[in-house]
Amino acid sequence: MTKYIVRRLLQAIPLLLLVSLILFVLMQNATDPLATMGGRTPTKPEDRARLTRQLGLDKPIHIQYLYWLIGNDWAKTDLDGDGIAETYGTRHGVLRGDFGTSIVQTGRPVTEVIGERLPNTLILMLTSEVIIVFGALLVGVFSALRQYSFFDNLLTGILFVGYSMPIFFIALSTMYIFSVNFKRWGLPYLPTVGMFDPKVGETPAQIILHMILPVFSISFISFAAYSRYIRSTMLEVLGQDYIRTARSKGLPRREITFIHALKNASLPIVTVVGLDLPLLLGGAVVTERIFAWPGMGRLFIDGIDRGDTPVVMGILMMIAISVVVFQILTDIVYAWLDPRIRFD
Amino acid sequence: MSTPAQASNQPATLIAEIEAPPLSLSDLTWRRFKRHKMAIAGLVVLILLVIYSFGGAFFVTEKYANFTNTKERLQPPSAAHPFGTDTIGRDLFARTIYGGQISILIGITAAFVEVMIGIVIGAVAGYFGGKIDAILMRFTEAMLNLPQLLLLIVMAKFFSSDIKNIDLFGREFSGSVVVIIFIIGLTSWPYLARIVRAEFLSIKEREFILAARATGTPTWEIIFKHILPNSIAPIVVSATLGVAGAISLEAYVSFLGLGVRAPTATWGNMLENAYRYIESAYWMWLFPGLFIVLIVLSINFLGDGLRDALDPRSRTV
Repeated sequence: MTKYIVRRLLQAIPLLLLVSLILFVLMQNATDPLATMGGRTPTKPEDRARLTRQLGLDKPIHIQYLYWLIGNDWAKTDLDGDGIAETYGTRHGVLRGDFGTSIVQTGRPVTEVIGERLPNTLILMLTSEVIIVFGALLVGVFSALRQYSFFDNLLTGILFVGYSMPIFFIALSTMYIFSVNFKRWGLPYLPTVGMFDPKVGETPAQIILHMILPVFSISFISFAAYSRYIRSTMLEVLGQDYIRTARSKGLPRREITFIHALKNASLPIVTVVGLDLPLLLGGAVVTERIFAWPGMGRLFIDGIDRGDTPVVMGILMMIAISVVVFQILTDIVYAWLDPRIRFD
Repeated sequence: MSTPAQASNQPATLIAEIEAPPLSLSDLTWRRFKRHKMAIAGLVVLILLVIYSFGGAFFVTEKYANFTNTKERLQPPSAAHPFGTDTIGRDLFARTIYGGQISILIGITAAFVEVMIGIVIGAVAGYFGGKIDAILMRFTEAMLNLPQLLLLIVMAKFFSSDIKNIDLFGREFSGSVVVIIFIIGLTSWPYLARIVRAEFLSIKEREFILAARATGTPTWEIIFKHILPNSIAPIVVSATLGVAGAISLEAYVSFLGLGVRAPTATWGNMLENAYRYIESAYWMWLFPGLFIVLIVLSINFLGDGLRDALDPRSRTV
């Protein structure tokens, strides 16, 4: 097992380097960080030249990547533009945990900027994930027990619609019904945007109230895949010999379903959850934009719009690393839950 | 069809029946596909949507669809403007017609790009194996290591610097249409490449491939004439679902303001900024949104039916 983990980690290193190289080249050419720095007044040519040197943008792309990766505190740079490299850089590089500083929020470390938004995204995503998993377990078991019944077909239909619906449409429709129209009709209505009402403050009750619509939208979209998955594993397990044995020795139906069958049927869902969790971090781009939720997805889009390359790269690398880590964790957890699986 | 009793009296018919060429793959598929009611419904809706967007062009000109009239901004649906008008007074009904054309075009061509890249990478990796396979699959994994939408946004930004308009068939298109098609294809292929690779891995071990190799068939002929036609079922299904995926991805990217630019309308970019008018102008997001939902849903049902018909062994959501 240890051997397996070490091998997977070693394999992940070139993979992550490749991902980071592709993204770095794309990002470095996609945006002009200097364009947004001056704000409304255009940057003066001499300032522009100085900033280009300071940010190292005058260097060839592979040197820029190297500096981003391992820092530039070992190399001299020419800051005053006289052609002589005299000053040591200050960056430590991603490999030493330095993701650089944000360009938009001048001088603040990227890790700090992301760290401030991460909990907001996590609270949204983890709540949705919990609701999805438990809801899907219920629906999946229910439809497996009543395969091809009216309810099974109805649920299948609804879930298929949810699966095909772009998240902005479900978000906008629920917003229109439960916020706009409920307000118009004088009913208690849900808030549309933000994380809390500034007049009330950031209380747990406020945050929960503001979470209802985004969580509903996210869950509705992802529900189908999960519950169909559980339905099929459940059907498979219910047809196995040990279930028949349990039935024939007269165990209560409830016990057979929820203890004997569900335990084995829900194992594969671990894989789905483990692979989905890190992707949820970035999947919220659209939801966070619509509901003005101050999370990482919005930070990402703002970073793209304003050319904040260090922050964008930080978010992308964080997701790429967590995908790799979660893949390995999923394998470990799965092997632990299902002793039949051996990696050696 | 003749019953056995009749057949014994009419040996000629029986022989004709037995010697009739076996049903082709497309006949068999159509037989199974017909049984899938939702897939038929999806096909009908899809055809209606195509007629709406391409047939509608005979009644409304593109000039009218792009005509801005600031005196009639944010008009609710009325007889003159069945779907209302947007923030600069363009008629949304006309824009859904021309937007539909571009959305459908993007869906089909992006899926085509996806399938081409996916087949080539999957086939090469699966057939040759070894080092080539290892390198290509690492690259595929690298692509899968990030959410597709984020990758798409980065690429959209990368290609977004000055794009010129294109003149085609006497119509002017925003060059961003081509960019969007290209980048959706470029970011969608990894799943397909994996499917194709898996198919190739199993088929290349079969006897008829060994026979082909023994008779000295050139490698490219083995790949494209012998293995590929045998793995066509999952490719057709993924390509169909890929069209729906591309249409909704275009909508997502355009919704975020990085997609197809004015003056060209798509169902996706009509939604851009529409969410800001959720309280005052519901028609701005409702109609284009409904069209996207309808087309994605109908293509998904169609793809689901095709999967059952072509490839009865596999069954997912």
